[in-house]
Amino acid sequence: MIEVKVLGPGCKNCQTTHKLIEDVTSENGIKISLDKVEDMAEIMSYGIMSTPGVIVDGKIAHAGGIPDKKTILSWFKSSCCPADDNCC
Amino acid sequence: MFNRLADFIVFELLGLQADTSVAQSLHFFVMDITKIFFMLILVIYLMGLFRSFVSAEKVRNYVQGKKEWVARSLAILLGAVTPFCSCSSVPLFIGFVEAGIPLGVTFSFLIASPMINEIAVVMLFGIVGWKITLLYIFSGMVVAFVGGIIIQKFKPERWVEDYVWKIRMGEAQALEQDNSLQARHRYALTEVKTIVGRIWKWVILGVGAGALFHGYFPQEWASNLGDTNNFLAVPLAVIMGVPLYSNAVGVIPLAEAMLLKGVAIGTTLAFMMSIAAISLPELIILRKVIKWQALALFTTIVTLSIILVGWFLNSIL
Repeated sequence: MIEVKVLGPGCKNCQTTHKLIEDVTSENGIKISLDKVEDMAEIMSYGIMSTPGVIVDGKIAHAGGIPDKKTILSWFKSSCCPADDNCC
Repeated sequence: MFNRLADFIVFELLGLQADTSVAQSLHFFVMDITKIFFMLILVIYLMGLFRSFVSAEKVRNYVQGKKEWVARSLAILLGAVTPFCSCSSVPLFIGFVEAGIPLGVTFSFLIASPMINEIAVVMLFGIVGWKITLLYIFSGMVVAFVGGIIIQKFKPERWVEDYVWKIRMGEAQALEQDNSLQARHRYALTEVKTIVGRIWKWVILGVGAGALFHGYFPQEWASNLGDTNNFLAVPLAVIMGVPLYSNAVGVIPLAEAMLLKGVAIGTTLAFMMSIAAISLPELIILRKVIKWQALALFTTIVTLSIILVGWFLNSIL
């Protein structure tokens, strides 16, 4: 299970990003646990200042603006097993 | 090019007479709509590309520890090129504070960011021309620069909420980034889709209002209203503008109408700046990080700076 967090104080762009990640992962059968982080101290603990930010397995995947679908998909390609060709 | 397109649609396709009010309004509308959308798409795309290279985090690291005037100028430039999303102002504020960047510099950023943005600039340029646009950008920067310096003199650090000082910025490893030009192109394209998708209705509405003024505004009114440009006009316009809240798109047709009515440029630009710079939603969001004393100071200083700039512009133009 890949852990994904959307960082942001709950504005429109953060909600859109949250929904996009949901859509892209379910369309491609990628299993993730998706969380929203609205606490400032936690957001800043990742060193992110432009929201929405996206954290994939503890690493910064995105900061500021809405990511496009292709970019979202690319986050999950690198975070799973390279040996398994059918993986994503 | 846009003029010819409008000529073609209005006079040839619709067969309207060039000297009627309907034709003039419609001609103005078609020309401005095509021109403004073309420029908006181009400019938002270019800004998107630019932003894919320059992130707020990078700028923070760059501003940190620089001489104050350098830091301030950079902060204002950053404010001008980032689209104002009020939800980002809190993390930005905390990030700047945590980096030890003086609060006055952060305030310069907060003043510049909503006032100067690509959408306002494109709309202004399309509707009132490049001279007033440049004047607007320059005035906005002056207000941000001077406003930040004055706010600093009041030592606003004492009004920052305690928890802000306790937040420590961490650093997380970044996922392998797709830094190809293609990925940047996609990012910029997404920006265009998001922003144009959000504002297109307002652009049409705004330009429509402008077009009506253009065709139907009686010229005699202008001379009658011209003598309202006394000393008090600027503060009155600014005081009216502060509680008004609108995005750039809504303000510009209003500004155009004022200019057509013969209101002085300094008064009009001061009015525009006061609407854009201070808004209740932004103050409410900032209240999360600073106490009300600082908000009052922020509002007062920005208001006064805008009035001064308005007077100055009126006196030299």
